[in-house]
Amino acid sequence: MSDSPVSLSEVSPGESASVVAMDPSIAGMQRLQEMGLLPGTAVKVVRRAPLGDPIELEVRGYKLSIRKAEAAGISVRPA
Amino acid sequence: MSSPARKIALVGNPNCGKTTLFNALTGLRQKVGNYPGVTVEKKIGELRSLHGEKIELLDLPGTYSLSARSDDERVARDVLLGDLKGTDRPDAVLCVVDASNLERNLYLVLQVIDLKLPVIIALNMIDVLEEKGQRIDPDALSQQLGGTPVIPCQANQEIGIVDIKAALSRPPHRAHRRWNAGDDVERILEKSAEILISRNHPNAAAHALTIISDRAMRDRNHPHCIDHALLGELESIIQSEAKSSDLPIESRIVAARYETIGQISAAAVRGGDAPMELSFSDNLDATLIHPIKGWLIFIAVMVTMFYSMFTLASVPMDWIDGGFGALGEFVGNRLVDGDLKDLIVNGIIGGVGGVVIFLPQILILFFFIGVLESSGYMARAAFIMDRLMSKVGLNGKSFIPLLSSYACAIPGIMGTRTIEDDKDRLVTILVAPLMSCTARLPVYVILIGVMTPNADAVTRTSLMFGLYALGTLGAFFFAWIFKRAFSKNAASPFLIELPPYRMPGWKLVFQQLLDRGLVFLKRAGTIILGLSILIWAASTYPKPADPDTPREIALEQSYMGQAGKIIEPVVKPLGYDWKIGSAIVWSFAAREVFNSAIGIIYKVGDDAENTELENALANAKNPDGSPIFSFWVCAGLLVFYVFAQQCIATFAVVKRETASWKWPIFQVVYMTSFAYFAAMAVYQIGSRFFG
Repeated sequence: MSDSPVSLSEVSPGESASVVAMDPSIAGMQRLQEMGLLPGTAVKVVRRAPLGDPIELEVRGYKLSIRKAEAAGISVRPA
Repeated sequence: MSSPARKIALVGNPNCGKTTLFNALTGLRQKVGNYPGVTVEKKIGELRSLHGEKIELLDLPGTYSLSARSDDERVARDVLLGDLKGTDRPDAVLCVVDASNLERNLYLVLQVIDLKLPVIIALNMIDVLEEKGQRIDPDALSQQLGGTPVIPCQANQEIGIVDIKAALSRPPHRAHRRWNAGDDVERILEKSAEILISRNHPNAAAHALTIISDRAMRDRNHPHCIDHALLGELESIIQSEAKSSDLPIESRIVAARYETIGQISAAAVRGGDAPMELSFSDNLDATLIHPIKGWLIFIAVMVTMFYSMFTLASVPMDWIDGGFGALGEFVGNRLVDGDLKDLIVNGIIGGVGGVVIFLPQILILFFFIGVLESSGYMARAAFIMDRLMSKVGLNGKSFIPLLSSYACAIPGIMGTRTIEDDKDRLVTILVAPLMSCTARLPVYVILIGVMTPNADAVTRTSLMFGLYALGTLGAFFFAWIFKRAFSKNAASPFLIELPPYRMPGWKLVFQQLLDRGLVFLKRAGTIILGLSILIWAASTYPKPADPDTPREIALEQSYMGQAGKIIEPVVKPLGYDWKIGSAIVWSFAAREVFNSAIGIIYKVGDDAENTELENALANAKNPDGSPIFSFWVCAGLLVFYVFAQQCIATFAVVKRETASWKWPIFQVVYMTSFAYFAAMAVYQIGSRFFG
């Protein structure tokens, strides 16, 4: 299992990861952090929407949905 | 002499049960108003403390953070900072925390404590937490928060309400800031506060913290950036003091808060060590968002909602129609013939009836929205539809308002309240009337009939479907244009929580129904009534000298008829004469009026059966013998009706929902101009090249 960071949008449904870094220039990143998804946080990709986008994440015990474009700006280390 | 009421603000995340708690604490003693300049509702309720003292509870909009990203959130932040004119800074803040979601909910609590406001925590939804196999020790939590009172409760069962009232009655307790992001950050906050003090800024420390921890407020490209001169000064402080770090300062502050939250959680939460089983919600989602089953259920839910608005609504709508008709007759029989009677019966009673008739569709739609929202399914609907909506720059939350507009744009537009992003909401409101509503149906039916007299049902249905498709494409097209025009900088992010499924809170749903209905009747109703009377007057005056003049001649002589004559040159390129012009002008009151107007003009009366009207129109001839309602005239007219904004009720509701005259006027202008040119193009090109 590779240890190098990948982008959250590449993580498959059902897999978990840990956040490494988040691109601050992408709109919505601060709000995402304030909702509990920040460097060091554990995140699980639950599913992709039936049309492929957005994706559903599990963070700190609750479910959050973001678009693949936002997820692409988040680098994570797969668990 | 009694002291003035204590003012307490109510804050909390969306979906934390804040509104349910608000209702439980204040009962029916609530007042709804508006904050100046924005379409955010100001909700104040009253309760009595245990000593009998009056407490004013201000229900602030739900938010995840005070780093505001919408009008709603800016209002919440500004009230807490004491910046909002006309609203006092609260004496204390009641923070509603969803116990089953402690960490994320604590973020807002920490932010409120940061503002040096006394906080009382209502630890809500303890039942959900227990289902997860966890417990929170309220004393440990309180201690971690510097002695802030923590009251466990379950608002929907009215458990803990008395304890909360007791806590609200005690002297407020202010806690210190609970986090530290590093010495350099502390210096930055201190020096920033000094700058604000030197500029005579009230509540400097709280404002400095708010600005430093919010990236958008320090972004020159952002519409809500602070004054650039001040920004320059703050930037140089940050530049000189910040230890080099790959994290921007606002991220370091968020991280520091969550570090504290982690410690609080470790100290106060018990249990939850057992491996997490899939919860009921998880299992339900497996079906409801399933690629195949999920779609089928989604379509079924949408069809049911839509069908109810279309068909179920027609029953009470007929009652209302009949009721007002009967009322009109009753009053008419008791009044002496004359203008006053006409005004009361046709202008006022007819006008009020024209407003009340929208109530069934509004109530049905809001019932569905209330149930879907309350149960948690609404977020899933937005989740499923987002990909489609984002192709035109909208997001999934616009789907249900737009879908409802097929039945009637009025409840659809009112339903855009669920869209947090202000620009998305505006764009959705602007394009909603392009989704062909039921009022257009009578017009479509009659014109398709005249246009294709020998066609079979299949052809006619296909044409009808084509018109709906045209409207929908128009809506997406304009949405795309407006979104690009309004949001030059960045696409708005799509971030929604998918809350656990819950049984809908019926009390809440029905209370919201009542609210929406009354708001519509009061606000929109007054405008609609006013305009209806104006239109009645324009079609009645000036009256012909001879009282036995046939109706169509009287109409010709009225202001309405004169208006038709005046715009005749304008509508000639579309192939219309003054009569059709008049009918179009008249139907700006409400589209379906076109049929009655045309009926009067072509002498078959305003209540004619479809076939009678169809024959009259098909046989109407120009002086040179050619049919007035030729194929291409009808085609152009249909296109006109697809695109034109011809509903004063919509106008009134848009005015209310955008708190301005600018947008409803813009909507009429853009839609009707487009309709005009589209109809002209269809008629001119069609009749020239396709005969």
